[in-house]
Amino acid sequence: MDWTPRTTPRPSAVFDEFSLSEIRRAAATGIYDIRGGGAKRKVPHFDDLLFLGASVSRYPLEGYREKCATDVWLGTRFAEKPIHIKIPITIAGMSFGSLSAQAKEALGRGASQVGTSTTTGDGGMTEEERHHSTLLVYQLLPSRYGMNPDDLRRADAIEIVVGQGAKPGGGGMLLGQKISDRVAEMRTLPKDIDQRSACRHPDWTGPDDLEIKIEELREITDWQKPIYVKVGASRPFYDTALAVKAGADVIVLDGMQGGTAATQEVFIEHVGLPILGAIRPAVQALQDLGMHRKVQLIVSGGIRNGADVAKALALGADAVSIGTAALVALGDNDPAFEEEYRKLGTTAGCYDDWHEGRDPAGITTQDPELAARLDPALAGRRLANYLSVLTLEAQTIARACGKSHLRNLEPEDLVALTVEAAAMAKVPLAGTDWIPGT
Amino acid sequence: MPEIDLGTTPLRELNAALHRLSPDTNESHWIVDHPEGRHAIAAGLAVPITVEINGPVGYYCAGMNKLATVLIHGSAGVGVAENMMSGFVHVTGDASQSAGATGRGGLLRIDGNASSRCGISMKGIDIVVKGSVGHMSAFMAQAGNLVVFGDAGEALGDSIYEARLFVRGKVKGLGADCIEKEMRDEHKQALHNVLERAGFDGQIDPDEFKRYGSARKLYNFKVDNAGAY
Repeated sequence: MDWTPRTTPRPSAVFDEFSLSEIRRAAATGIYDIRGGGAKRKVPHFDDLLFLGASVSRYPLEGYREKCATDVWLGTRFAEKPIHIKIPITIAGMSFGSLSAQAKEALGRGASQVGTSTTTGDGGMTEEERHHSTLLVYQLLPSRYGMNPDDLRRADAIEIVVGQGAKPGGGGMLLGQKISDRVAEMRTLPKDIDQRSACRHPDWTGPDDLEIKIEELREITDWQKPIYVKVGASRPFYDTALAVKAGADVIVLDGMQGGTAATQEVFIEHVGLPILGAIRPAVQALQDLGMHRKVQLIVSGGIRNGADVAKALALGADAVSIGTAALVALGDNDPAFEEEYRKLGTTAGCYDDWHEGRDPAGITTQDPELAARLDPALAGRRLANYLSVLTLEAQTIARACGKSHLRNLEPEDLVALTVEAAAMAKVPLAGTDWIPGT
Repeated sequence: MPEIDLGTTPLRELNAALHRLSPDTNESHWIVDHPEGRHAIAAGLAVPITVEINGPVGYYCAGMNKLATVLIHGSAGVGVAENMMSGFVHVTGDASQSAGATGRGGLLRIDGNASSRCGISMKGIDIVVKGSVGHMSAFMAQAGNLVVFGDAGEALGDSIYEARLFVRGKVKGLGADCIEKEMRDEHKQALHNVLERAGFDGQIDPDEFKRYGSARKLYNFKVDNAGAY
């Protein structure tokens, strides 16, 4: 027998299939990869936490009979008109431009049906979203595209965007393919150019200036509107403390799993913190300042189900915000479009070239034919259903933990499955009383 | 003519009173004394009134101004007339950084110098500075006219889009994608119009200015231009 046994071909754990393909792509094009969405790498997340539920020492609530409230007031610190959402789940800022007008309308319809808010984005406020959103948060971004005092006053709250989880320290990007006539007009830009939003605000720098900027916005709106400050998760303790000092009513903290319309892959995957590692430092800052529950904390980045919602609240957040999951609920990455995803070189569930504007689901596009595929009423209904399920799931868990309101969930209800998650969430490793670092 | 003393009247009270005015109000001329550098004075005005402020103001005076005329007899802090929509803001002294930032319309006149980032991200506002402007002025400027009688600092018009920059003095340096452009008759006429609106009709010769604007080479990303970013 002259056959020599050979070892099985062994793929490299370091130079894995994706890394190799990226090297080839970079070598062929000479430009970094741009995509939408948030971090896809595996990071410690809510899946690494478990609820303990009730036991001899904890008294549960009856699942189908006893009340478990879900509402949240936002902006109670300074605003004369704080907003009241019926569920602790809001829709994150996503621009008209990155999304079609139909998608924005659908987000407004879905959120309004269940009594929660939507948020504008880096492109100004459209009539569609104002009309269909009972509660609309108006973002003030470095680009100030479309910013005007009339929209500021007809918003229900104002969100100053310092950063976002997918790219803390990065600005916006909307490539020429998506700059339609309407988008160009709203942004005062020529059509078809690559639009790169600034990463810093043009008229303030640092926390002392931010305080004055907030004062100006309050003066312009006669102190009526809640003012949020949104930061990407990077230095959550200090960012939260400084935003509170600057006078924010609400802090929005976005982890690296939070999506973007378009950013460099290397930025999305390598800058910022997973949300699990950011919540407790932010809550600690609020507690140190005596402002926990007085300044509300909204967290986002990778929220998928009611368990994620419940875990975020248990760690001290007042509410969560969803973006990617909301788009999926509308119909993004639906296997029904598999054939078209294949033509785009991808597959349902993986499509993230949102910046190219060729979304078969008609959501991340400005192509009129593609956008017309999305029925705002039907898509809005799907989103409302999904938000209802998230809420019901979170209530199910809260009742099992004996809580009559979702806000009463607490770290003591949680344990961690991994040392990393235990350290980040500051809850004990399951089966022990050990919290790393304490 | 209402006269408000900010030494005794809270700012919030002044701004709320100005916001309550209807477009056809008879109280169309307001005097504000002792501003003493307070921030956000006369921010968010939305009716065609005149507000005269006797003294220096802090940040964001006349921020997001719409239709109103705001006369500042003194110097202005950061972001005077930021995001102005329309109307006229006149600073008789100097202006700090980010004057007229992101302004979408109207006219801002500064009789002294303006610091860095004057006209940053401007979106249609016209800005006339009798003195000089600091570095990074007209950064990412999208639309409108920036007219500078004196000099401009480093990186003028960096990453500029379609705004027009007219400088009579020296330019220390141009930013990425900003170039000197031919001053054709249409540009002289546009400059003349801005000067006329700013109250300099016939006093300044448009021929003394050079025009700067976008080379439009960075409008769409090309790898060969990566070094320019």
